[in-house]
Amino acid sequence: MEVPTVHLKGIGVSPGVVVGRVAKLSPPPVLPAGLVPGGDPEAEILRTRQALDRVREELGERSAHAASVAVDVLTAQAAMAADPVLAASIFGKIRDGRAAPAAVKEALAAFGEQLLAIGGYLAERAADLDDIGNRVISVLLGLPMPGLPLRDEPFVLLAEDLAPADTATLDASSVLAIVTELGGPTSHTAIIAKSLGIPAVVACKGAFAVEDGARMLVDGMTGTVVTEPSEEEVSERVGRLARRRAAVTEYSGPGRLADGSRIQLLVNVGTSSDIERAGHADCEGVGLFRTEFLFLDRPSAPSVEEQRGTYRRLFESFSGRKVVVRTLDAGADKPLAFARMADEPNPALGVRGYRTARYLPELLEDQLRAISRAAMGSGADVWVMAPMVATPAEAADFARRAHELGLPLAGAMVEVPAAALRAEHLLDVADFLSIGTNDLSQYTYAMDRETGAIPELLDPWQPALLELVRLTAAAGKRAGKPVGVCGEAASDPQLAVVFAGLGVGSLSMAPVSLAEVRAELSLYTMDQCSEAAEIAISARDGESARASVARYLDSVLAG
Amino acid sequence: MPEIRAKVASTVGLHARPAALFAAAAAAAPVPISVCKPGGEPVDARSILSVLTLDARCGDELILAAEGPGAQEALASVVKVLETNHDQAEA
Repeated sequence: MEVPTVHLKGIGVSPGVVVGRVAKLSPPPVLPAGLVPGGDPEAEILRTRQALDRVREELGERSAHAASVAVDVLTAQAAMAADPVLAASIFGKIRDGRAAPAAVKEALAAFGEQLLAIGGYLAERAADLDDIGNRVISVLLGLPMPGLPLRDEPFVLLAEDLAPADTATLDASSVLAIVTELGGPTSHTAIIAKSLGIPAVVACKGAFAVEDGARMLVDGMTGTVVTEPSEEEVSERVGRLARRRAAVTEYSGPGRLADGSRIQLLVNVGTSSDIERAGHADCEGVGLFRTEFLFLDRPSAPSVEEQRGTYRRLFESFSGRKVVVRTLDAGADKPLAFARMADEPNPALGVRGYRTARYLPELLEDQLRAISRAAMGSGADVWVMAPMVATPAEAADFARRAHELGLPLAGAMVEVPAAALRAEHLLDVADFLSIGTNDLSQYTYAMDRETGAIPELLDPWQPALLELVRLTAAAGKRAGKPVGVCGEAASDPQLAVVFAGLGVGSLSMAPVSLAEVRAELSLYTMDQCSEAAEIAISARDGESARASVARYLDSVLAG
Repeated sequence: MPEIRAKVASTVGLHARPAALFAAAAAAAPVPISVCKPGGEPVDARSILSVLTLDARCGDELILAAEGPGAQEALASVVKVLETNHDQAEA
């Protein structure tokens, strides 16, 4: 049978390109309403006997493949399928006139109740009985058995969505890639796939309609899924992956584009234990040092001396490199015992970030004093910035305090649209700007990032957000002052390319993301980054921006 | 009817894999074997589900019974499985 090539588009959540046969994760069977017994009871009994045998074999086979923790459960389950008392109970019900699937369900339910009544470990085994029941009933109804498929060859696992239970026995040696119809970038599937290093695409509309056994190409970087791909397409995509992989191992050190343009690669630090770890990362410094951990969960603010000690530890690990310290960002999601504001109906829109300095100026003064003392003689190039600045007056106020305390470089975070729209005026008084994409999304789209009920509004690929990044970066160019991006968005390699194209000069991210971002940046010239930025900004929404840029960058690599 | 008393040796009790091994040993015997806790209702030793519902923990005493030719030998072989700590053997 000739099967057509179909291109599907989802969200790539774990990179890698593979081609394999599809094995579908089947949902549990539903007993049809008004099930009638199928004729001769003895024939039904024979059919049920065979179904039990098939399930026993399947489970036995699985236990041979499973990780050691799962072996015990599967061995016991296989023995349950072979249980003569269970079989006698099912057959008795069939002889009494029950349809075979209903007899299976009832007999297992009776044993399940006994186990549940005992409780503890045995109660948990009741779920194993349900699983056996679902399997036997599926066989009786002529449906595929539910649960992770078992194949001789590694396969592409296709599911509507994966439950945590489905992934318990998932292993990278049998699953080539995961594709789900539902789910999002932060779904359970995405997390598991990333941790196992299995390429994965989620939210892939239309994927679950693909037949079991079809050949499927999965590109976990771009989110492309192709059924029955041509050989040219496979080798092209594998070639692109190889180029990206090679770039990851080939490049180290400062970030640069293919034409040599520099993009500074920095890391985010937010806990005491991050400090040493970050010092060993292959980066040009710290782009965002979140200082809240020093202040959280304590009745009073830390002393200048205590703060100085912690800052010093970080600065010494980054001797010779840049460290951008963000002053205390209290309020909203990070309430502090000693900086509590009157109850606010809308804390995210209340007195938070730099606004707290208006009410508690001594907290800020102490912190700046501690940073300044720690910086002295540490060898690090120490910059300070204020969180959530909305107006040039706030930026000026912060810069004045910092300069007075001997900190020469004082900037502002751009997290509210007002700051981005007036970036030029902020830069009249601030020495640099750093864009915090998470809050900027929240305030641009008026969507609480704590609830995230409508996740696409917080998608960092949203063109309106990118527009504000462009405005800010352009103002930086005109003023000849640095503009960077910190926050999760900078760790998306292709979005990093877009940021470079928008004129952003530095990217700060979790250390784990450095290698892939550095590699992706190294593959394109500034002109190509600008083109990618243009494509993203002219897109209709975040999803199409992401997809169009992925397609464009692929075409660059192919060309 | 030949009877034999023995204690569950597996640390987890007569659950999961030890129960599966026990039921398999009983199924391999040429005669039916029953098992119960002292004073309890005897169940078919070949049935893992029935064996599980005994909820026999490590150190619990069980009574096994069988009848017919080869009953003694059959009981001996099943008791051997019961008196092995399968968790230890694994480790």
